[in-house]
Amino acid sequence: MFRRLLKNFQYGVIPVPGRVIAIIFFLFLFLFPLITDNSFFMHILTNAAIFAIFAVSWDLLSGYTGQVNFGHALFFGVAAYTTALLYKFLGWQPSVTIPLGILAAVAAGVLTCFPALKLRGPYLSLLTLAFPLMLLGIVMFFKDYTGAEYGIPHLPPLASTATGEYYICLIAMTASVLIMWKLTDAGSRYVRTGLIFHAIREDEIAARATGINTVRYKLLAFAFGGLFAGLAGALYAHARGVVGISSLNLTMSFQAIIWVLFGGAVTIYGGVVGVYILYPLVSMSYYVQKLFTTAQKALPNVPAMVPLAKILEFLHDFAGRPLLVLAIIVILILLFMPEGIAVWVRDKIERECPRCKLTNAAWRKECRACGASLRWVKS
Amino acid sequence: MIELLIITTLVNTGIFALLAVGFSLIFGVARVLNMAHTAFYAVAAYIFFYFIAKLMGIQMPVVPAIIIVVVVVTLLGMLSYKLFINPVREHHGAVLLITIALAMSVQEVLTWIFAAHNRTVPSFVPGTIQISGITVTNQHIVTLAVAAVLIIGVYLFLSKTKMGTAIRAVANDTEIASLMGISPSRVLMITMTIATALAALAAVLRAPFTTIRPDMWGTPLLTIMVVVIIGGLGSIKGSIIGAFILGFVEALCLVDPLRLFGGRGSYLITTFAMLAMVIVLIVRPAGLFGTLFEEEKL
Repeated sequence: MFRRLLKNFQYGVIPVPGRVIAIIFFLFLFLFPLITDNSFFMHILTNAAIFAIFAVSWDLLSGYTGQVNFGHALFFGVAAYTTALLYKFLGWQPSVTIPLGILAAVAAGVLTCFPALKLRGPYLSLLTLAFPLMLLGIVMFFKDYTGAEYGIPHLPPLASTATGEYYICLIAMTASVLIMWKLTDAGSRYVRTGLIFHAIREDEIAARATGINTVRYKLLAFAFGGLFAGLAGALYAHARGVVGISSLNLTMSFQAIIWVLFGGAVTIYGGVVGVYILYPLVSMSYYVQKLFTTAQKALPNVPAMVPLAKILEFLHDFAGRPLLVLAIIVILILLFMPEGIAVWVRDKIERECPRCKLTNAAWRKECRACGASLRWVKS
Repeated sequence: MIELLIITTLVNTGIFALLAVGFSLIFGVARVLNMAHTAFYAVAAYIFFYFIAKLMGIQMPVVPAIIIVVVVVTLLGMLSYKLFINPVREHHGAVLLITIALAMSVQEVLTWIFAAHNRTVPSFVPGTIQISGITVTNQHIVTLAVAAVLIIGVYLFLSKTKMGTAIRAVANDTEIASLMGISPSRVLMITMTIATALAALAAVLRAPFTTIRPDMWGTPLLTIMVVVIIGGLGSIKGSIIGAFILGFVEALCLVDPLRLFGGRGSYLITTFAMLAMVIVLIVRPAGLFGTLFEEEKL
């Protein structure tokens, strides 16, 4: 068993740069509390882990099966509100409420799927957009139970320390991403879902013609999307200690889409990359601002330096608008790499052998398994 | 009460129809959802506010202000099409994301320049008029009339002129249209221009009835998406009827003639609008007047 793992590692991971990067990245995340346990960074990375689950679950549902969901916040919000309401009115503990919240999200996923079965393309997207907004209106209307804008505060934390919370979320993230990666692996010998999801996205009628029960697999995709988004929502409720309308609104739905499309859709790792680049970037704006202020103070007070000081002041104000920075970065990335940043990097460092379809490092001259020349393969 | 309901419904219908027709045209021609459509509406509202509210120390007369607003916003729309949408037109996901990012950056820039206050524009047509015993402000009448004229104008443009025919041809089948010598890129550019101009005019017409704030693009965007889905994407007649349904729902929630919601009806506008959309979609998966392409059917 152990030797097989080692062999897998030696022949399946080491020669493929993308996988090496992924392993180094996860090692870094697991060892991060050794570098610093500053609660601010812990908090950002905890949230990033939760949002990574959320983003990847959108990729599983919308990227793979092509059921482009504009209302993914529904699952997130349903789970968050279920856990919070159960705690508030029944006093149940997170160990009970989190699984119940996830179940509620799965139920929401299955219920969304029924009207969605008949629809496609933009019609489907806008139908799914409707559900979280309907729920949001209801939440605002029954303000005695849900607290409307103020939300449901004072939820118990997941663990007593920030580091404990970080590890819970990180382990949940690693496990869910691995499960989703296996579920959507089109080359798998054991799970057929990956291949079928691809087939449904590419041509649903053809998939049905080959005898696939597409309804069942679409339901499955919605249920899995709901499950993992629900996990993220339930964890988020307890990690933040408060559930507000921000967990249901349009921004939350579109954030998932932004992260996944930025990283690269239909890849699973694209969502993780997107979240871990964009989320800290937005949260760090305070530090960047402080950097510019310090630089401005350090300038010598001479007339020649005035324009530079003005520029620094402008940059300071600019960094104070993290959403603007985010939007500009997204626009620039998409203009130059419309497939997403992770896919762009992958195409630069990896190359597929034309004969045996094995992934090779881009700098190899011939395939590591069959020896076919890779010189003329375009990345 | 009832007269207020009718007036609000009609004015809402006019504004929503103006916005939705543009959105629907862009979708029909390019098959993309332009999420930045109402961002131009917000920009137009702010520029109009800027001219009207004497920020520069001089107050502009209304008509030149409107002309400047429409021209500037239309140019912005064309520019953003050239710079952002055209290069990634082939990747539908990228267009969606880039237009969302565009709308977000517009909101942030507006917050930066004008701060996040609620602004109002005074109504620019003075006086009221009596129609069979009901008092209606002239502002409402002008809004309705201008909206009606614009929509009829767009309808005539699409059905009678050569350019309109080209737009419809591209919407029907881009490949065949380009084989017939129509440049889809140019047609999309013209569509974008018309749509942005309509959005700017809608903003000017709606400005006196609403508060102007940097995030004012979100709610109308949702509304017009619902409108075009109810009416059927790409159909102008459908957009107008969808706008009427939505305008009525919104007026019903706000005016609340039966006193059902106890003053909290404004929270339920989106809920009911979405409910209307879900019902229409379950009954008719392509909207009321939409047609699905053969390859889009299921």
